[in-house]
Amino acid sequence: MGWLRRLDRRWIFLSMLLAVAIPQLTQARVPEKPTPLVMAVFDKIESLPDGSLVLISFDYGPSAQGELAPMATALMRHCCLKRHKLVLMTLWPDGKPLVERAINQVLVDEFADFGFKYGVDYVNLGYKPGKEVVIKTIANSFRTEFPTDDGDRKLDDLPLTADLTSLADMDLLVSISAGFPGLKEWVQYASSPLKIPLAVGATAVQAPQAYPYIPGQLLGILAAIKGAAEYEVALGEVYPKYSEPKMQDGVRRMAPQLWAHLLIIGLIVLGNIAAFSERFERPRP
Amino acid sequence: MKSTIPWLIAAVAGSVVIAAYFIPAAQSWQDAIGQWFEVLAAVAFILGGANLCLQNLQKISARQAGWGYAAVTLVSFVVTLGVGLLKIGVPVEDPQHPWAGSYQAEGSAEWWLFEYAYNPLVATMFALLAFYVASAAFRAFRLKNAEATLLLLTAFVVLLGRTYAGTVLTAQVPDEYSAFSIPGLTTIIMGVFNTAGQRAIMIGIALGVAATSLKVLLGINRSYLGSGDG
Repeated sequence: MGWLRRLDRRWIFLSMLLAVAIPQLTQARVPEKPTPLVMAVFDKIESLPDGSLVLISFDYGPSAQGELAPMATALMRHCCLKRHKLVLMTLWPDGKPLVERAINQVLVDEFADFGFKYGVDYVNLGYKPGKEVVIKTIANSFRTEFPTDDGDRKLDDLPLTADLTSLADMDLLVSISAGFPGLKEWVQYASSPLKIPLAVGATAVQAPQAYPYIPGQLLGILAAIKGAAEYEVALGEVYPKYSEPKMQDGVRRMAPQLWAHLLIIGLIVLGNIAAFSERFERPRP
Repeated sequence: MKSTIPWLIAAVAGSVVIAAYFIPAAQSWQDAIGQWFEVLAAVAFILGGANLCLQNLQKISARQAGWGYAAVTLVSFVVTLGVGLLKIGVPVEDPQHPWAGSYQAEGSAEWWLFEYAYNPLVATMFALLAFYVASAAFRAFRLKNAEATLLLLTAFVVLLGRTYAGTVLTAQVPDEYSAFSIPGLTTIIMGVFNTAGQRAIMIGIALGVAATSLKVLLGINRSYLGSGDG
C-alpha cells in the first residue's frame, strides 16, 4: 500500500480532469427530477398573473457564473414565457456585465419574436454601491436609490417604472446569490419586513445558509447547478421547447458533477485505506 | 476628540436607523443616512485604489519578494482604470455626444478586458478549487474518531444525493420508504439537521451582533476607530 500513500497528487488532478472533461465532451446527460424546493419557485412564477412585476438581482460575479448563470437564464426564460415585467439589478460591481449578457441572450435574442421593449417590458437598473443599504433604501423608496436606470434614463420616463415607488410594488423578488450581499440581505431587509415573496438561487456553498428561512421567509431555493438543472427540467415539462438539450445548460453540467462527486468519494475511501494500512503495517512497539 | 466625534457620528447614525424601524416618521432620516453611506462607500473605492497603488509601489521600490506580482497588479489596475475613464473604444452612437456611450459598451476596451481577461481568469481560479478539493479529500478526510466518521457518512450521503447516483443506488426503495433513499436522506440532512444547526448559529450571531452594536452605539467599544481601547 506504500504506493497509495505516496500517490503523486498530479494523478489526482488528472483523474479530476478526466471525470469532468469526458462527460462534458461526450455531452452525457443524466435524468433530473425537480425537488419540492425548486417546484415551489417554479409554481410561484407560473401562478403569478401574466405581466406581474418581478425583480431579479444578479448578486454574483464571473467566478460563480458556472453555477449561477444557468439558473438566471432559466428563471428569466420562465418570466418571459409568462410575459412578466422584469426589473433587473445587481449588488456586485462585477455583476453588471452579467446582467447585460443575460438581457442580450434571453430578452433580445431568444425572445425576439415576443417583441419585448426596453422600459415597457424590462428595465436594467445596473449596479449601485452600498450593499445591503441599497436593499434597505429601495424597500422604502426606489427613487432615492435609483433616480435613473443603468443608461441614465429617468425611471419617471419609463412606462414600467413610472409608477414604481418601492419594493412593496413587486409581485416577486428573486436573488441569485453567491455570497455577501445576497440572499440573506434580501431576506432581512426586503422579504421579511415587506412580506414580499422571495425566491433564491444560491451556490452550493451558500445554499445551506438559506434553509433556515424556509418556508416563512423564502419560497424555495435553487441550490447550485442541480437546482438550475431541476428548474430547466420543470420548465421543459410545461414548455416542451425548453426540454431540448441545447436549452438545458444546467442539466448538461450534472453528468460532470456526478463523476466528480463519485471520484471524490473514491478518493476519500482510498485515502482512508492508505491511512489504515499504514497503521497496520507500522511495527508495534 | 479624535475618537469622540467619529463615535458621535456612528451613534447618531445607528440610533436613527434603529428608530426608523419603530417610528415611521423617521423613515426619511434613515433614507438620508443610507444615501450618505452610499456616498462613503463610493469614496471608499477611491481610497481602496489609492491604498492598492501605495502598497504595491512600496513593494516594487523596496524590491521585496514577489515585487514582480506587485508590478503586474499595478499595471492591470492602471490599464483597467485608464481605459474605463477614457472610454477607450466605446462605440460612438451620437456624434454630437461622443463621450455619452457606456464605458462597458460592447466592443469597448473595458468590455474586452472584462470578457477576455477578467472573466476567464476568475472562472479559472474558481474551477481550480475542484482539483484542490479532490487532493484534500484524498489526504485530509480521515476516519479518526466518531465525529469524523459521522461527518464522513453525512458527506457521502449528500455527495451522492446531489447527483443521479443517489437515485440509482436506492431505486429499489419503495415509495412509502422514500425518506430512507439517498435523495430522501439528503433532504432530511439539509432540511432538518442543517436547518437546526444553522438556525442556532444564526440566533447566536444575531444576539452577538445586537450586543456589539449596542456597545458601539454607547461608545463602550471604539476599537473600530483604530484606538485599540476596545
